[in-house]
Amino acid sequence: MFKRKYWLVLALLFVMFIISACSEEGTETNTENEGEKETATATPAGPQEIRVRVNDDPDFLDPHRATASLSFQQILNMFEGLFLPQPDGSLTEGLAESYEVSEDGLTYTFKIRQGVKFHNGDPLTTDDVVYTFERLMGLNGGEKLSKNFDNVASIDAPDATTFVMTLKEPNSNFLYSLTALQSAILPKSNDGKHNENPIGTGPFAFAKYSPGTNLELKKNEEYWQEGLPYLDKVTFVYQSDDQAAVMNLLAGEVDLTGVPGHRVAEVEGSFNISHQNNNSSLIITFNEEKEPFNNLKVRQAINMAISKQDIIDSIFSGYATPQGSNMSPAMGDYYLDGLQDVYSFDVEKAKKLLAEAGYPDGFKTKITVSSHNDMYPNIAQIAVENLKQIGIDVEIETVEWGIWLERVYFGRDYEMTTIDLTGRPSAYEILNDYISTNDNENFFRFKNDEYDQVMADVLKETDREKQIEYYQRAQEILTEQATAVYIADYEILWGSKKNITGLKSYPFWFHDMKEVKFN
Amino acid sequence: MLYIIRRLVLFIVTVALVSIITFGVFQILPGDPVKTMLGTEADEVQIESLRKELGLDRPLHEQYMDWVQGLFTGDLGNSIRFSMPVSDLLMDRLPVTLSVASLALVIVLFVALPLGIFVAKRQNKISDVLLSSATQLGMAIPSFWLGMILIIYIGMNFDFFKINGYVPWSESIAGALSTLVLPALTIAIPQIAVKFRYVRTSILEQMQLDYVRTIRSKGLPEKIVMYKHILKNSMIPILTIFGLITAEVVAGTIIVEQVFALPGVGQLLITSISYRDFPLVQGIVMYITVTVVFINFVVDILYSVIDPRIRLR
Repeated sequence: MFKRKYWLVLALLFVMFIISACSEEGTETNTENEGEKETATATPAGPQEIRVRVNDDPDFLDPHRATASLSFQQILNMFEGLFLPQPDGSLTEGLAESYEVSEDGLTYTFKIRQGVKFHNGDPLTTDDVVYTFERLMGLNGGEKLSKNFDNVASIDAPDATTFVMTLKEPNSNFLYSLTALQSAILPKSNDGKHNENPIGTGPFAFAKYSPGTNLELKKNEEYWQEGLPYLDKVTFVYQSDDQAAVMNLLAGEVDLTGVPGHRVAEVEGSFNISHQNNNSSLIITFNEEKEPFNNLKVRQAINMAISKQDIIDSIFSGYATPQGSNMSPAMGDYYLDGLQDVYSFDVEKAKKLLAEAGYPDGFKTKITVSSHNDMYPNIAQIAVENLKQIGIDVEIETVEWGIWLERVYFGRDYEMTTIDLTGRPSAYEILNDYISTNDNENFFRFKNDEYDQVMADVLKETDREKQIEYYQRAQEILTEQATAVYIADYEILWGSKKNITGLKSYPFWFHDMKEVKFN
Repeated sequence: MLYIIRRLVLFIVTVALVSIITFGVFQILPGDPVKTMLGTEADEVQIESLRKELGLDRPLHEQYMDWVQGLFTGDLGNSIRFSMPVSDLLMDRLPVTLSVASLALVIVLFVALPLGIFVAKRQNKISDVLLSSATQLGMAIPSFWLGMILIIYIGMNFDFFKINGYVPWSESIAGALSTLVLPALTIAIPQIAVKFRYVRTSILEQMQLDYVRTIRSKGLPEKIVMYKHILKNSMIPILTIFGLITAEVVAGTIIVEQVFALPGVGQLLITSISYRDFPLVQGIVMYITVTVVFINFVVDILYSVIDPRIRLR
């Protein structure tokens, strides 16, 4: 009996071999087909499809629920706000064709663009705009989804093309909350289904989402900007491992991916490398409520003892711009140059400062870092070596991202940590993390009266030149107070196939596919 | 029959205990699902509204009882991270993991068994010594390293193999194999190394027994001695090990799926743990528990098929 069974199994094995042998022949024709497909995409007539690798799934497809920059990197292709962010950090009119602000800075009147259609074919109306803001503010029965509009007193649509918002207090930064990052315009008819079946007005429409695998978007044939987009299909492929992603690029399985600095040399010859100023601030920071970090001299000593160049060279292979405050050169006029040289690397001076602060022999402390990106533990190791030279003995504690958020970011139960603060298009939103009453984001526990005053004044200021002065003063205060060690804005290096054009880089995370095409 | 009922009761108790432990562990572990999902850019309004929507603001026992109730109606609840039913996510992923695991098992079976027999027949000859030392190496190789090596030297050099993602069988058999063979090999190679030594030892033990000498002296041809008597009698210990290996293969898929970016259950498990997505973790742990218990059950039954002297008690 056993014998018969064994033969049966052997027969099965044989069948398997035949199948696999056949299928190998099959794949040869398959790869040929792929080759044909590639040449097809090279001619403008064929269907154009791009595969973009990103690290992780979006938290939500519903743009009002999504918060992670990684989510917007993908879903901004589907949605638009009244204003569209530009690569240089400015804004242009989007679904609002034009706008006016009253003299007291309280009333904003928008003309809604006509002839725009949602992906489901419905025309954009002021009803949808009103619905969008009511949903965000929690006025139509649902939960409040954003606190960006707490300052809004009323919204109204007096006629079919006009939309009016009235504020409680003037806010010079208000237009920045009207892009798809904060208030994507959604169709009222899709209420309750924004996450399962997202519908917007953007250049690409939702096609399919397979969690952990990919997000497929298809061309919006009726997009209001004539002739755009060029691509027929965009697929965001999820792959968390950076090293594996490079291999995928080399093997031709993705068309665009981030490339770690130390692997650029391998990729450079056969792919385009584009540099994006991330507009982030990579920092090593301290809990300023705790001893000894409540002492300015200690913070300054640490600033002088940590070699930014070591970190830039070893972690980013040199692809990073040193910083001195929480602002990246990517922010253009708002950025104050020169602050990066205030605390230059100087071990002797650092030791002296530490002695003046009352710690001639240094002290013991702990740096808590998240493990979700190798970058953080690696930076911590360099910092530990640097700080040893001035007698500070630092222990590294590596924790999971979830624990880091709970303990460090929200719990403020930490001594030192390192993190990169993600860029945003608005200078105000970058700098407001340090306002002492911003309990949610101020995990540094930084408290400075002048800073609070500057940040309050800037909202009342309507003149752009004067706003810039305020923002630059705010950057100076952060440097003077040595609030954190501002290390660098690291570049994101995108490796893409040579025949891809039209990639744009924004001062925040956005893979804009609108003007991308294969040549 | 009584045996099956007892097994069933044991199964339910195991599942209940496992579910309480995983649920409990998630309450003790630091890390909050809502905050982890929304990250540093979330404000308190967004965090609160999501927590309420997910029902995470209710007492723990209520959350647990809801989950148990759902279990009886086949509803595993909604994933926090992906805002969709856990059962949908699992059903999407199961075919991938089952394919890798079964392919790996088939490879282990069809390499380790013949190899074990071959080596047993040549005890202490040069081929035996060489293969046995090679297994030491095979056992010591960590699977993530082996996976990377296979990607670099095979995946990158042969167009046939894909090193990312998964093609469903229904779409293309060749496509599916192109994504599954390397991961399956990654799991199988260390297992073959372990397994074939068991086969060898088990057969060698049988060969020294009296009945073998008796049938040989009766003049039976060597082929019949080996395949009809020795192999059959050495199946019991081999089968036991195969039961255990199945569990190891299922566990092995967790690492391998990560290396090959295969959208399987293992990858989902890692994601769900790091996001503290406990409904999803519960669902996956249930799946693993059921699989392992089920395999042990099948192995127990197979014992009596192979050796009728063993009765199910």
